[in-house]
Amino acid sequence: MMKIMSDVDIEIFAQRIGVDLNTVDLDSIDLPPGYDSITVSDDEEELMMDESMEFESGLGNVIVVDNLPIVPPEKFDKLEGVIRKIYSQLGVLKDGGLWMPVNPQTKKTLGYCFIEYNSVKEAQSARESTNGYKLDKSHIFAVNMLDDFDKYLKVPDEWTPAELKPYVAGENLQKWLTDDKARDQFVIRAHTDTEVLWNDARKLKADPVYRRTFWTESFVLWSPIGTYLATVHRQGAAVWGGASSFNRLMRYAHPMVKLIDFSPGEKFLVTYSSDEPKGPRDTHKILLNIFDVRTGKLMRDFRGSADDFAIGTGGCGVASVSWPVFRWGGGKEDKYFARLGKNMISVYETKNFSVIDKKSIKVDNVMDFSWSPTDSILAAFVPEMGGGNQPAKVSLFQIPEKTEIRQKNLFSVSDCKMYWQNCGEYLAVRVDRYTKTKKSIYTGFEIFRLKERDIPIEVLELENKNDKIIAFSWEPKGNRFAIIHGDGPKPDISFYSMRTAQNTSRVSKLTTLKGKQANALFWSPTGRYIILAGLKGLNGQLEFFNVDELETMATGEHFMATDIEWDPTGRYVATSVTTAHEMENGFIIWAFNGKLLYRILKDNFYQFLWRPRPPSLLTSEKEEEIAKNLKKYSKKYEAEDQDVSLLLSEQDREKRKALHEEWSRWTKQWKQIVDEEKSHRQMLRDGEASDEEEEYEAKEVEVEEVIDVKEEVILGD
Amino acid sequence: MRPILLKGHERPLTFLKYNREGDLLFSCAKDNTPTVWFADNGERLGTYRGHNGAVWCCDVSRDSTRLITGCADTTAKIWNVQNGSLLYTFQFEAPVRAVEFSLGDKLAVITSDPFIEQVSAIHVKRIESDLSEQSADSVITLKGPQGRINRVVWGPLNKTIISAGEDAIIRMWDTETGKLLKESDKETGHQKTITSLSKSADGSHFITGSSDKSSKLWDTRTLTLMKTYKVEAPVNACAISPLLDHVVIGGGQEAMSVTTTGHRAGKFEAKFYHKILEEEIGGVKGHFGPINALAFNPDGRSFSSGGEDGYVRLHHFDSDYFNIKL
Repeated sequence: MMKIMSDVDIEIFAQRIGVDLNTVDLDSIDLPPGYDSITVSDDEEELMMDESMEFESGLGNVIVVDNLPIVPPEKFDKLEGVIRKIYSQLGVLKDGGLWMPVNPQTKKTLGYCFIEYNSVKEAQSARESTNGYKLDKSHIFAVNMLDDFDKYLKVPDEWTPAELKPYVAGENLQKWLTDDKARDQFVIRAHTDTEVLWNDARKLKADPVYRRTFWTESFVLWSPIGTYLATVHRQGAAVWGGASSFNRLMRYAHPMVKLIDFSPGEKFLVTYSSDEPKGPRDTHKILLNIFDVRTGKLMRDFRGSADDFAIGTGGCGVASVSWPVFRWGGGKEDKYFARLGKNMISVYETKNFSVIDKKSIKVDNVMDFSWSPTDSILAAFVPEMGGGNQPAKVSLFQIPEKTEIRQKNLFSVSDCKMYWQNCGEYLAVRVDRYTKTKKSIYTGFEIFRLKERDIPIEVLELENKNDKIIAFSWEPKGNRFAIIHGDGPKPDISFYSMRTAQNTSRVSKLTTLKGKQANALFWSPTGRYIILAGLKGLNGQLEFFNVDELETMATGEHFMATDIEWDPTGRYVATSVTTAHEMENGFIIWAFNGKLLYRILKDNFYQFLWRPRPPSLLTSEKEEEIAKNLKKYSKKYEAEDQDVSLLLSEQDREKRKALHEEWSRWTKQWKQIVDEEKSHRQMLRDGEASDEEEEYEAKEVEVEEVIDVKEEVILGD
Repeated sequence: MRPILLKGHERPLTFLKYNREGDLLFSCAKDNTPTVWFADNGERLGTYRGHNGAVWCCDVSRDSTRLITGCADTTAKIWNVQNGSLLYTFQFEAPVRAVEFSLGDKLAVITSDPFIEQVSAIHVKRIESDLSEQSADSVITLKGPQGRINRVVWGPLNKTIISAGEDAIIRMWDTETGKLLKESDKETGHQKTITSLSKSADGSHFITGSSDKSSKLWDTRTLTLMKTYKVEAPVNACAISPLLDHVVIGGGQEAMSVTTTGHRAGKFEAKFYHKILEEEIGGVKGHFGPINALAFNPDGRSFSSGGEDGYVRLHHFDSDYFNIKL
């Protein structure tokens, strides 16, 4: 932080510049306020900040060990040796970092000592691991941080009631839902700007709401029902929202946070950071914090090495953590969250943030698990073990009972993937199996019907078993699914229904579309419509398909599109090209039927996210009624639409008129000047008179030329 | 109408210029030989041999007798248009980037690139009507802008000189005193290298194209920014229609990254914009490399484009073009 000059250096320096040190009274030098030394480096402020983050009072690396034996001076060295041995195993002690005070009268030790480590982290871990350490029967260590003493000493002896703060009404965080035009919002990140906009499809443009430069340091994220926008910073995460503009509602301190994740009901926020390993034997240190979103209170933290958190990812050697570490279950109530462990799944309750019944679910060799999106049911996948003697299996567990409600054994499995339908009605397990020769792999699906008695399972195999599965997607709120399958650049797309006309519980194929340029499927959030997209390598081909009618509504193209996202109402779709490509960064908004509405280009385009909406408050009967009388309702809106479009064309006309008028003012002015300068110009051209630039006029000249004349006798009837 | 493909150059095109009558088209390329073509049918009339480097720019006198060319071989040469003979050579210390005859053809403005120990400079030469008396001395030399000066043109009545280049600033200089009169605003102006500059037929306004993926329209006398046209790719060339309120803008991905993408991604289109409304009218595809040069025929009924692919494409507008309503 400061350049250190020894006294000798100063003397040499003084001699060189010819100053007699004896005549200089160092104390008389007035330094500018705030300067405590002569040289101040530029990043001092930053360093000071770092420090305040690390140490609370500068003594955070000191622990106090109490309940030591009280020994006379002759045994002092021995005791000190024992303590040093215990504590130097847990970290690097500072030079002279062990101090055992002695009673000056009796010369005996006082039964406690201070230990100073090099870092706060070492001190903390030493405290954790030796508190309660039994040196012998009567001496159980009580270890505390020195800082804690201060903290607890400051607690006043008498309780004073906390001052009641007057109630301040909060902002209406759902204000955006009351937009009278029922528009949706979205956030985009381009270059250093983050911008929230309305999608004003009527006016075919985006209407700005709020914009901020350097709003986040890595990415932004909407909470799952759209109340908050989360940003990520070096010091932690923050959420923003409000009625009129985006104010900061809460901050969550977590230095160097890398990833964040909301619980589905947006009650909790999980933040994640990892430290780079310090040496070759060290592993990534990982810290996960779970905060209460509204109060900002840290509910629980999880620490550990990356290895503890990287199970089931197949990561042998290099540990990689698969995000999200904690998967939330039990629907929007945010009741449970679970994490994969070695041979177990730990399910936590948000009631007390501890493992249910203090016991994890034992599942040997569990590879992967997933929650039902609506119910507290989780599905776990165990791979084949013992060279095929132990089959692979998929099990469903009911939480909090932790009972296995369904299980399916699978043979010669290479991999499994689970796809839940968003209402939790169905679970499709994609199973990649080896053929008998073990040389190739074919794929089938096991489909669980969660809402039926005993959870029946059905096996679905493709007509051509060797087809590769490129994508699978459930219809939201529906009972259909789509699969892209096939080899080569033009795969087929098949649609299946979970119901047939006669038998309600059999999977039946609806149709197969042959040879489509597509590699991704995007269902409308309301179902019925789907976009068959060829992203990235396939140049951004888009096909808007109506699954009810089994017909293509429109085809489009957003060249090099990398991302597609439906708005939460299923009315509009955004396709975007992010910085994955250099050219044509930006996004296009389409209507659900494939009509291109408007397009906005932005260089360095990173993110496009629609603001999610909370689930509808209407009952299903009411929704049905609206659907039935849609014509009646739509009339009103059609009239409004027409007004808007009239107004728009009017405005547009006026704008154009204004532009033309402005331009004619300019040209008039120029013409006048040009006329004035005419004689000058002639002079510069040695008196050549013609100012021919004004002579050019567009004239249509029609020239008729007789090319050929032929006489023919035509015989008529 | 189908474009006429002028195949004559072996290297990327750099500049295109019509003579005043619009019957001749002069093309410059990196292959050392400026070429003249019949602007109507694309027949090659002849070449001007003598340069020893990429030819960056040219201008033709009002009476179509003299052609001046600026070349990377550190010379600017004056040619006899009719028979292709070399009339005079200006020798510089650095590659020559831009040239233009003044009104009356008695002066020429020439820019030289920064090179070894040379900074970029704008030179004004007096052109004698009898070239045997021609002097190599400059009337005035202007220095100051950082980096290459990619384009230089005369202002009204030869009173000013307007320059633009790598530092993204448009400057207006006084021809008499050499003083810097005006600079374009840094906030509203271009953000990256200005690659091209083209005057309107009457010289009252001009258009600039820049690597910042935009073209801008300026008042020649006040350097007021009037319009901005946003495009999808860096702009290498632009021109103003002398007939309709249109501008044409061309460019494409930088030549160095072209090989990494398909020609679809490169956006090698000449885009037409409505000059006043700043709205896109349409595009003319065809080149399979970035467009480096664009010029309108002075009658406004045809235009030509020159590309990195080495071709000049000569387009005569269909009658539909003249009926476009916005």
